[in-house]
Amino acid sequence: MSTLLVPRRSFLVALGLGTTALALGVSTAEAQPKATPDNWERPTVAQLPEDGGFTPNAFVHVALDGLVTIVCARSEMGQGVRSSLPALIGAELGDDPARVVIVQADGDTAYGNQDTDGSSSVRGDAYDGLRRLGAAARVMLVAAAAHRWSVPATSCEARDHAVVHAASKRRADFRDLVADAARLPLPNLPSVALRPARELRRVGRSLPQLDAPAVVAGRAIYGADVRLPGMLTAVIARPPVVGGSVATVDSKRALTVPGVAHVIELPQPKTPFAFQPLGGVAVVADTTWAAMRGRAALDVTWVAGSNGSYESTEYRGQLLTAVRAEGKRVRNVGNVDAALAGAWKRVVAEYTVPHLAHVPMEPPVSVARVDANGCELWSSTQSPEEVREQVATALKLDPKRVRVHVTLLGGAFGRKAKPDYDVEAALVSKAVGSPVRVQWTRTDDIQNGYFHTTSAQRLEAGLDASGKVVGWLHRTAFPSISSTFATGVTHASDGELGQGVLDLPLAIPNVRAENGEATAHVRIGWLRSVCNIHHAFAVGSFMDELAHARGRDPKDNLLDLLGVARIVGAEELGVKKVPNYGAPLDRYPIDVARYRRCVERVTELARWSSRTAEGRSLGLAVHHSFLTYVAVVASVVRDSLGKVLVDEAWVVADAGTVINPDRVTAMMEGAVVFGTSLALHGAITMRAGAVVQTNFHDYRVARMPEAPRAIRVELIESDAPPGGAGEPGVPPVAPAIANAVFALTGTRARDLPMAQYRLV
Amino acid sequence: MIVLSINGREERLDVDPEMPLLWVIRDVVGLSGTKYGCGEALCGACTVHLDGEAVRACVTPLRRAAGREVTTIEGLSKDGDHPLQRAWVELGVPQCGYCQSGQIMSAAALLSKKPRPSNAEIDQSLAGNLCRCGTYTRIRAAVRKAAGIKEG
Repeated sequence: MSTLLVPRRSFLVALGLGTTALALGVSTAEAQPKATPDNWERPTVAQLPEDGGFTPNAFVHVALDGLVTIVCARSEMGQGVRSSLPALIGAELGDDPARVVIVQADGDTAYGNQDTDGSSSVRGDAYDGLRRLGAAARVMLVAAAAHRWSVPATSCEARDHAVVHAASKRRADFRDLVADAARLPLPNLPSVALRPARELRRVGRSLPQLDAPAVVAGRAIYGADVRLPGMLTAVIARPPVVGGSVATVDSKRALTVPGVAHVIELPQPKTPFAFQPLGGVAVVADTTWAAMRGRAALDVTWVAGSNGSYESTEYRGQLLTAVRAEGKRVRNVGNVDAALAGAWKRVVAEYTVPHLAHVPMEPPVSVARVDANGCELWSSTQSPEEVREQVATALKLDPKRVRVHVTLLGGAFGRKAKPDYDVEAALVSKAVGSPVRVQWTRTDDIQNGYFHTTSAQRLEAGLDASGKVVGWLHRTAFPSISSTFATGVTHASDGELGQGVLDLPLAIPNVRAENGEATAHVRIGWLRSVCNIHHAFAVGSFMDELAHARGRDPKDNLLDLLGVARIVGAEELGVKKVPNYGAPLDRYPIDVARYRRCVERVTELARWSSRTAEGRSLGLAVHHSFLTYVAVVASVVRDSLGKVLVDEAWVVADAGTVINPDRVTAMMEGAVVFGTSLALHGAITMRAGAVVQTNFHDYRVARMPEAPRAIRVELIESDAPPGGAGEPGVPPVAPAIANAVFALTGTRARDLPMAQYRLV
Repeated sequence: MIVLSINGREERLDVDPEMPLLWVIRDVVGLSGTKYGCGEALCGACTVHLDGEAVRACVTPLRRAAGREVTTIEGLSKDGDHPLQRAWVELGVPQCGYCQSGQIMSAAALLSKKPRPSNAEIDQSLAGNLCRCGTYTRIRAAVRKAAGIKEG
């Protein structure tokens, strides 16, 4: 038996750790370890095992046999977090991936922020934070070995699931160190020493996809696949207009449908609607089909409420009126009015983007079981802690009595960060006294979602006689996401304007940005890349318009307007503060050199000059979002029917340090298709306050024949801190396509989707 | 009572013959690899084989499958090692993965008839299968790989 003879204080001082043991909270009482490591296949709680060994923090457990369990606390929706986050923790620990089990975290404050949103799982503080979790375990194992061998800990290294002392060629497997390490106090997490980056051997190499074998065999468990004993399925008739309510309901016919067990009226939400369910009537049955048929047989009439007069097409006109007048100044450098008044030539263009819906392939779905103990949920959610809060509020429960298990997500794109559907499942389960799965149909998903806002923008630039751009005025108006969470909101938030308006570097002496008034009549929510969608579309298109107005090559024009390589701060931008996605500007500066490198490289990769000379129709755009820089070249051709087809795309992304290049590449490929969908087809319209579209035939997303046949992605090698990956590929796609379409057809598609120009 | 075979196993079901095969497979038989995406044969997430032909289970009433052979993703291969499934993993096709069982079932029906399909035939056969994550370029590459077609 080995014991530690050195008093702990000096031991830790020798390690340079100090004595403030402990750190990040260990899992709270109601989330204590229960499950076995293979629990992913079953709808059960996934937490750390309780089989001895040690648990330096809520994310890592090292068992007596050396088996390492790593918790993934973010939601998997295709971006590969269940591979990349544990790989980063494990690389810092020095693991052998074959001896690691990965489990999915429940919603628990012990894990810090679990909201898988804003491309935030790795960027910013998350990267070092994840590394510290593995480092804490490593430090303890190294300390145990160093003590045993009476050598300084600094002379030992943890790698391949063992601690090695190179000088004496000694090696101890983690298995043989666990018992000693378990007796050590926990290192202070915020100050735990990280490895030099070069030692993170698996970081920057593509990782196998953890869930792919289960996915291709049909064994992966999504929210829709959870089955509990005695579970019923609910399909809900919701008011077609947000804020509307049930006028009359007659459930007689519905209750005669075989399998239908209950018809439940849901509570009416109050403004602001936030994450509350929309209300309506739930039909609960033994099968999904019976619930759907039951809902169809429901006799229900609605009161539309104050949003019943919303006509999104007319509203677009109101937004255009707003941007034709002066708005609230949000950015100002120099004197734009004088520059435009004195310009030799003025270029003006207006752009509009309609509402969009997320349409993840798995529509929203949640399973809840409410009983005397509280509420347990299995959810396809991006934000399990938010589910917990919202369900606790709705059921008037202590959040500690709400447990949320996270399944795989069948797509999300921001929709599944809004837990209205989880609250529905909890309310219905409570009402009927059985476990209940709430299944949204595709029509529900399209008609009752949280929509990407609708926007109008007006851009105006002044050129002097030499063709130099001397003034730039950007006006944007769109209902704010804040309107979903507060009443009386008429303007965009700084965070929304920080997505492509406040943070855009321009080598132009006079620049002003204004935000026009806009009131929401539907629930506005965030959708993959959020306000960057419309801002990048307008700015990226207008850049191209200026190139043609100036008679310059679009690439040269773009580089000219971005200006020389430099770091751009609040003063040059003419803003009080650069929101910068919550990240500090000193660590994540806005770096024009990185914009330029992406533009230079993507045009090289696409052979911009020679292909355009050959008559290929290419379009270029660059955008910075979520701390990552992405440039896109799109190529368009006419297909055999004369319709415009995006046949090829090139993407160059500078996302700083990349953990898993294959997944970041995949995110960029997917972003091209996502951007193609919204550029060509995406439009949700509301008439009399209700959504017109019902399914994929009238809310179209790109199908295989419409998707580029080749997408070439290159990631810039960088040791800069990591940026986001899931979203930043999307914004430059639509303007790149629009610019290519102009090159091909001479039509400037300023209003999305391009389908309205009969081009596609 | 309707009798049919699902993945080689005889199922005797006392279920409304109008119930779509999708919900029979998921809610009655309990196989969850076949997915719901639209309910109107617009997205292909529910694709299964009926006597070897790709069909959209969400619009196929159970009665149409009576006495016939249904294959779902779970029955495509014994150990998830159909050439398509292997190619899907090797090329890292899935993102969220939700649509992929339908994609694979459509591709498998294609390859059983056309072992070396052209690009146009791949596009045509998979045009009914939506992927919101946008994995189409990798799907195409994986079908070609499984068919033994060299890239170039």
